[in-house]
Amino acid sequence: MSLTSDPPIGKAAEGGAEREDYSALKVVPLRHPWRWAAVVVTAVLVAQFAHGLLTNPGWEWDVFADFFTTRTILNAVWITIQLTFYGTALGFALGIVLAFMRLSRSPFLKSVAFTYIWAFRSIPLIVQLLFWFNLTYLYQRIDFGIPFGPGFVSFDTAGLVGAMSAAVLGLALHQAAYAAEIVRGGVLAVDGGQLEAAAALGIPRLRQLRRIVLPQAMRSILPNAANEVISLFKGTSIVSVMAIGELFYQVQVIYGRNGRVVPLLMVATVWYIILTTVLSIAQYYVERHFSRGATR
Amino acid sequence: MTAMVDIRSVHKSFGSLEVLRGIDLEVRSGEVAVVLGPSGSGKSTLLRAINHLEKVDSGWISVGGSLVGYRRRGDRLYELREREILKQRTRIGFVFQNFNLFPHLTVLENIVEAPVSALRRPRKQVVGTAEALLARVGLADKASAYPRQLSGGQQQRVAIARALALEPELLLFDEPTSALDPELVGEVLDVIKDLAHQGTTMIVVTHEIGFAREVADTVVFMDGGRIVERGTPAEVLDSPRHERTKAFLSKVL
Repeated sequence: MSLTSDPPIGKAAEGGAEREDYSALKVVPLRHPWRWAAVVVTAVLVAQFAHGLLTNPGWEWDVFADFFTTRTILNAVWITIQLTFYGTALGFALGIVLAFMRLSRSPFLKSVAFTYIWAFRSIPLIVQLLFWFNLTYLYQRIDFGIPFGPGFVSFDTAGLVGAMSAAVLGLALHQAAYAAEIVRGGVLAVDGGQLEAAAALGIPRLRQLRRIVLPQAMRSILPNAANEVISLFKGTSIVSVMAIGELFYQVQVIYGRNGRVVPLLMVATVWYIILTTVLSIAQYYVERHFSRGATR
Repeated sequence: MTAMVDIRSVHKSFGSLEVLRGIDLEVRSGEVAVVLGPSGSGKSTLLRAINHLEKVDSGWISVGGSLVGYRRRGDRLYELREREILKQRTRIGFVFQNFNLFPHLTVLENIVEAPVSALRRPRKQVVGTAEALLARVGLADKASAYPRQLSGGQQQRVAIARALALEPELLLFDEPTSALDPELVGEVLDVIKDLAHQGTTMIVVTHEIGFAREVADTVVFMDGGRIVERGTPAEVLDSPRHERTKAFLSKVL
């Protein structure tokens, strides 16, 4: 900043008034003593926490190190990743269909989608998973054929809905309800003029959605979708009630056997943190891709 | 000259509000028609009805000899499928007040999109056309810019180039300069004037009286969902016959 700007006109008109010269003075920045006090207190607390992590024998870091990369744990991590992947992929695929059903002009399609979302958001995931796991009580066989008529292909539900597919099904159906609302919100956030311009240019309907609407909707869909994927990823631990060997279940099995609860919970915790970090990094790059042409 | 646009007793209501109350209008091939009128007079709705962005309640509109939105078979009119309507629209260029450029696509991609996806033209050829069009609206160096990096006037010129890329037989302008800073209006009007001088058929809804006087073959004055009067610029702007037209012109001139 310049300190030698012109003096006010009134003063200049008076003529003689000497202009103060500040350029030789020393500038003293504002001090923040309380900020420093807060820093000291926080630093002490952080140090205590870190000290505890390192020195408290209860953490049993040696046990943690022994189990962190054992075959059983790695397999369990892989199953957790698979559950997340299939749950997300199927969930969002169905969610997109539901979102466009809710946005359609047909009152019937609208209300079906609305009811689905209402129902699956109302049922706790754990209750739903147990339902799917026990599907055999309701339907012994599933036939594909003419509705209400003869079937051409049929499956025994006991063989079809194994624990793993029941889990994926449950996670995906649950996820679809939330994904549908996120996608719908994203589509609604796109300016109406965009669709109008696309329609005025005669761009085919499907192309309007794929090329014009969805890329713009992605901007508002992505942060919410990333939240959902991460919460689904951690939500896979609920699947442990179905005795599927995912991360949390496997950790419970091991500490049930050897009694080392804390270090094994830390094994699960650190894996969850690592994979969430990977997802967050992926989110950053995907969001950057979809922000082309945006100013903020 | 033949009628490029033929509008017959068109009515349109939004709920209980009747915005078009029997519009009859003919625009010949190569004619420039400028539609004036206070806001709420139905001029934008009329323009939007011409390319079926708005469906009319009764009456009919034909462009280039074919009915908009319907097909005649015997003594019945069948409503067209969306795909067929989209195809009809490729023959009618529409320029919006708010430009409506696609913000996530570059200027070039904005122009190339419709000819490639709607007319199935080879991309390479379309890119050549698009570059020529950009040069024509004075933006040859902005091909790889995104819309938000451009001024309002530049964005509207891109929107005009985008409409021209489909080689439409009719251009519709819906208040093309109303969203612009005053000093940017001129550059957009110059592009439109240029098109007019080259014999493009167009209907322009605007509040720019000076532009109407200079470019229009026909000036149409609308009020309350009706065409109050139409004629040459000299007739309508300099010696209006209706009180309503006089009152409007005295306010905007």
